[in-house]
Amino acid sequence: MKPEPLNTYRAGPDEHGHFGIYGGRYVAETLMPLILEVERAYRDAQQDPSFQAELDYYLKHYVGRPSPLYFAERLTRHFGGAKIYFKRDELNHTGSHKANNCIGQALLARRMGKRRVIAETGAGQHGVAVATFCALFDIPCVIYMGEVDMERQAPNVFRMRLLGAEVRAAKSGSRTLKDAMNEALRDWVANVDTTYYLIGTAAGPHPYPEMVRNFQSVIGREAREQIMEAEGRLPDTLVACIGGGSNAIGLFHPFLDDPSVRIVGVEAAGHGISTGQHAASITGGAPGVLHGNRTYLLQDADGQIAEAHSISAGLDYPGIGPEHAWLRDSGRVDYVSATDDEALDAFKLCTRLEGIIPALEPAHALAHVARIAGELPSDHLIVMNMCGRGDKDVPSVAKALGMDNGA
Amino acid sequence: MSAGEGRLERRFEALREAGRGGFVSYISAGDPDRETSLAILRGLPAAGADVIEIGVPFTDPMADGPAIQAANQRALRGGMTLRGTLEMVQEFRRQDNDTPIALMGYFNPIYRYGVEAFSRDAAAAGIDGLIVVDLPPEEDAELRVPALAAGLRVIRLTAPTSDDRRLPRILEGAGGFIYHVAITGITGTTSASADAVAAAVERLRRHTDLPLAVGFGIRTPEQAAEVARVADAAVVGSALVQRIADCLEHEKPEPEEIVESVLSLVRDLAGGVRSARA
Repeated sequence: MKPEPLNTYRAGPDEHGHFGIYGGRYVAETLMPLILEVERAYRDAQQDPSFQAELDYYLKHYVGRPSPLYFAERLTRHFGGAKIYFKRDELNHTGSHKANNCIGQALLARRMGKRRVIAETGAGQHGVAVATFCALFDIPCVIYMGEVDMERQAPNVFRMRLLGAEVRAAKSGSRTLKDAMNEALRDWVANVDTTYYLIGTAAGPHPYPEMVRNFQSVIGREAREQIMEAEGRLPDTLVACIGGGSNAIGLFHPFLDDPSVRIVGVEAAGHGISTGQHAASITGGAPGVLHGNRTYLLQDADGQIAEAHSISAGLDYPGIGPEHAWLRDSGRVDYVSATDDEALDAFKLCTRLEGIIPALEPAHALAHVARIAGELPSDHLIVMNMCGRGDKDVPSVAKALGMDNGA
Repeated sequence: MSAGEGRLERRFEALREAGRGGFVSYISAGDPDRETSLAILRGLPAAGADVIEIGVPFTDPMADGPAIQAANQRALRGGMTLRGTLEMVQEFRRQDNDTPIALMGYFNPIYRYGVEAFSRDAAAAGIDGLIVVDLPPEEDAELRVPALAAGLRVIRLTAPTSDDRRLPRILEGAGGFIYHVAITGITGTTSASADAVAAAVERLRRHTDLPLAVGFGIRTPEQAAEVARVADAAVVGSALVQRIADCLEHEKPEPEEIVESVLSLVRDLAGGVRSARA
């Protein structure tokens, strides 16, 4: 049974950073004063029109916003049902939605007088965006990346290094995104005076989930205007992939209080939920506390964090942003999952039919669109967030498909 | 027992009367395996540990450096859990009902166990205080309330970044002792200077009458002595678990050798602490 609907789903978090029981600030005491300082600086920036003006300037002239809302006509015809639109955030400078958040936080770091930036990255999209803005603003940066991810996303490692970033391998645990985040937190604790931690997803200690959501909400605000212009009405369904969930919350948030809009987040089911080898924290996890927030986590009965699995390095994380955890419990957003194989099929189909090579992350969202579109009437409007481009994935897709890379 | 004196209070009172600082010895429960770890635990009081800090292994110990990370991994591979940690303490209590034990860990295993059930079971097992690294005062009410009701002390951490404005917030509701993190950093890495420790202790004394234990970066008997000269206790962790790692490097290490090697380091460190104010 679904919970009773609320008057608004857009009021969170509360002043302590909680979305219901989720969110919060679960960090070592050494970091607490820093996190409170980030919050004060962010509140101050929010009140400052010159901060917003500067953000708008870079979003328009450097990132390339607004990103188009594109009617994917051939895919629509292929499925023979709902009308499919892509929000083209893969066209942003650096190739994904990550730029929306990075420019905001890089401006904040500069405003705070921080002389060094650190970040974690999974697929490398966030790392590349951080390295890009740090190059632009001349701030030294260190990017932590799991050793496994460095292998499967080698092109992005090279890009970060070209941009002047130092890429450090996280060699502990599963050697993926979760361990990169541990290493970044350890770095921050040791470099409290100089360093700004630029978190890439809508997770971590408050105010990060709220701040990242606010920077990413430009996606949903634009999509809303654009669909009104194209169709004269709101969409019927929104679909986005979810790792930490920053692209999804960016698209969803401006629509949360429109009850006619059905909203679906797609987690990575890896080899399948029943195999245990997946990254679907909501579908296959339970509430817990990690990396500064309470949220759904993949874990065992003793509270040890389980290793996630996904072909997509960007979704390969055992947690999810706390606002998503709350939106799930409140019943406003539906969370489903797509497997590695389904994502690969969607990846191939999109490339052939639309000439758009999607990143493996949004290929999961498209896999769900593929599941539902054919059953829906032709006047049903779907907006899917094409949050990243797939150039970085070409080598690992070639490997997964048994094709010789370059042949 | 919640309102009265517990093992921690009695021990720090005895140390004050003896006019010396205390030695807090950390071990990771189940490192490198349950039996060896239990043998070390049992040997700690005789080797000179005044207070024992027992670490609950966790997959993602964000505040810990490489030595304790590796200890956590070894313990987890051996199947150690939070429940298993409490059972070890329970066994220890059959022989020693005086040495205070603080349980140190990250919140998720406790949350998963259930804060009420955990508080009850921890107190029943003979745990005296809780140090939960990723549970700052702003978030700890959900554990603090059942823990206090069960008679456990909530041991709060202070750091060099905890300024005078923030300290009262940390100290309100704190019990047992204050664990001061001497450096801005993770365990087992850099060390604070003796002057920095002395200044930190002096500052904290202005805010609280609770005993002050100082940890992070203390490796040698000399460093432990320096800290124990000004603070109520010195905490050593990484150096001890590193000793286990070093023993494991040898070909087929006998469990007795590991136990003896760790306890011999504990004796050296405790000796340093005991001679500090002599």
